[in-house]
Amino acid sequence: MRYTLPLIATLLLAACSSQPPAPEQNPAGVESRTPSATSSGVNEGNFEPYSIAGLKDPRSPLFKRSVYFDFDQYVVKDEFKPTIEAHAKFLVANPQFKVLIQGNADERGSREYNLALGQKRADAVKKSLALLGAREDQVESVSLGKEKPVCTESTEDCWAKNRRADILHSAAKEF
Amino acid sequence: MKIRYLLGLLAVAASSAHAQLTVEITGAGANRMPIAIADFTGERIVSQALTSVVRNDLERSGVFKLVDTRGQAIPENASISYDDWKSRGADALAVGSVSPAADGRYESRFRLYDIQKQAALGGQGYLHTSGQLRGTAHRIADFIYEKLTGEPGIFSTRIAYVVKSTGRYELQIADADGGNAQTALASREPIISPSWSPDGTKLAYVSFEAKKPIVYVHDLASGRRHVAANFKGSNSAPAWAPDGKRLAVVLTKDGSSQLYLLNSDGSGLTRIATSSGIDTEPAFSPDGQYIYFTSDRGGSPQIYRIPATGGDAQRITFEGNYNVTPRPSPDGKSLAYISRNSGRFQLTLMDLATKQTQVLTDTAKDESPSFAPNGRMIIFATEVGNRGILAAVSADGRFKQRLSVQAADVREPSWGPLAK
Repeated sequence: MRYTLPLIATLLLAACSSQPPAPEQNPAGVESRTPSATSSGVNEGNFEPYSIAGLKDPRSPLFKRSVYFDFDQYVVKDEFKPTIEAHAKFLVANPQFKVLIQGNADERGSREYNLALGQKRADAVKKSLALLGAREDQVESVSLGKEKPVCTESTEDCWAKNRRADILHSAAKEF
Repeated sequence: MKIRYLLGLLAVAASSAHAQLTVEITGAGANRMPIAIADFTGERIVSQALTSVVRNDLERSGVFKLVDTRGQAIPENASISYDDWKSRGADALAVGSVSPAADGRYESRFRLYDIQKQAALGGQGYLHTSGQLRGTAHRIADFIYEKLTGEPGIFSTRIAYVVKSTGRYELQIADADGGNAQTALASREPIISPSWSPDGTKLAYVSFEAKKPIVYVHDLASGRRHVAANFKGSNSAPAWAPDGKRLAVVLTKDGSSQLYLLNSDGSGLTRIATSSGIDTEPAFSPDGQYIYFTSDRGGSPQIYRIPATGGDAQRITFEGNYNVTPRPSPDGKSLAYISRNSGRFQLTLMDLATKQTQVLTDTAKDESPSFAPNGRMIIFATEVGNRGILAAVSADGRFKQRLSVQAADVREPSWGPLAK
């Protein structure tokens, strides 16, 4: 398997910078649509949220790929459950595709402990996806510990960005 | 006291000249013994590196302070004027000679004297090439150190560490004084957790070059290596058993990070401990009976130990809510680890019998402690001015030094065993 890190970094930066704006569509309306793996292309005002196209559509809940954690914690917070639910729905709707979950930690403390912590974070996301119907062989979890920070300043803002699990899609050629 | 040594200038055949470690002493030891190391007669035929390396070694140990010898060269067989050296304040004196040997090599001979007791303490002779000059100097310093302190010197030992520059990681090996740095492995992906085999011939480490952490065992003489652990998930934190045959490793193949034991060739995998949380950073006690490790089984990362054959884990640390990376001292009596104190991650030493602890540093991002094989010093990684550096501190916390590299971060130090 090939993971292209520059691409991942680019996607992460894109995801970070686009975080505050809420999806333009009414979430209830989005969820009532039937997921489809065959549709492609982004149509104005009419898109399939759990399709491959949804992965590249800022209006889709799939556009969010990161789950953030508290210091030294690996419990998925409620605010990130909708993101995980969306990716679980995608995996159920598109059984031929897989995801790689990369767990990360902030710079503080031991490298090896942070490697283990990153694994726990990736595993927590993997477990949630499995509970929501994703197959075991559709989800792989790995840890990058504190070795691949997206932000390198010693500030709480920066640390918060690094305490993270990223959901990378084979369908989006992210790995 | 701030003394700067540019030891890199003395390095012979270093393969990466841009990454020389610079040593800076930042805190003085107490009650240092005054010692005079006279220039060796004839050392100019090789270069003057011999006695300067001996002097630097002894001073960097924190145990000695140098008495000025005013450039005076004294041959190995000279008769010593004890009164003269006593009046100059020296408690000990070393003199020596370098001469060409018949086979094209050099012979360096020296003798050591106790000025206070007016007694000869012995000497040694070495045949060496000019390329072995630094090594010879370290051996002379080891002899002097051991005669005067009763403990083995560590000047002939080596350290392994990782240098990170932009987009590049290098696993390097250098003399304990930072000189003679060689690159064992260069990679675009992270390298962490180097660990010396007890005989000093191999390093186990974790490399991310295959896009996930895998444990390798690297033979330093041949440069050949093999995969020791590459299971599903991550493979990390290798620690050699004192027998030099087995490794403790951390695997996630069965869930979260857990401790396993395997032969260094990768065969014979067995699980050591079981928890639902994180178990990591194993380190054997010097007698091989116990494995110290970090676990969050009690709700926060703390240090535990477990019999190496398996059994019940016993909690070792109770103060604070973040104690990680346990490393027992070579005599097994104390434990170095990293504790978080008011947001600062600091090197801490615990007396295992009394459970008394002492924070040894005033830095805030200490990591990866590693004992010198004589137990006198602990090397660790820390950060100063946003730069990753290595630092070493004496086990009593008094004597400190820093080792840094220009324009790169240095991290993950591991102090090798005593030279055979």
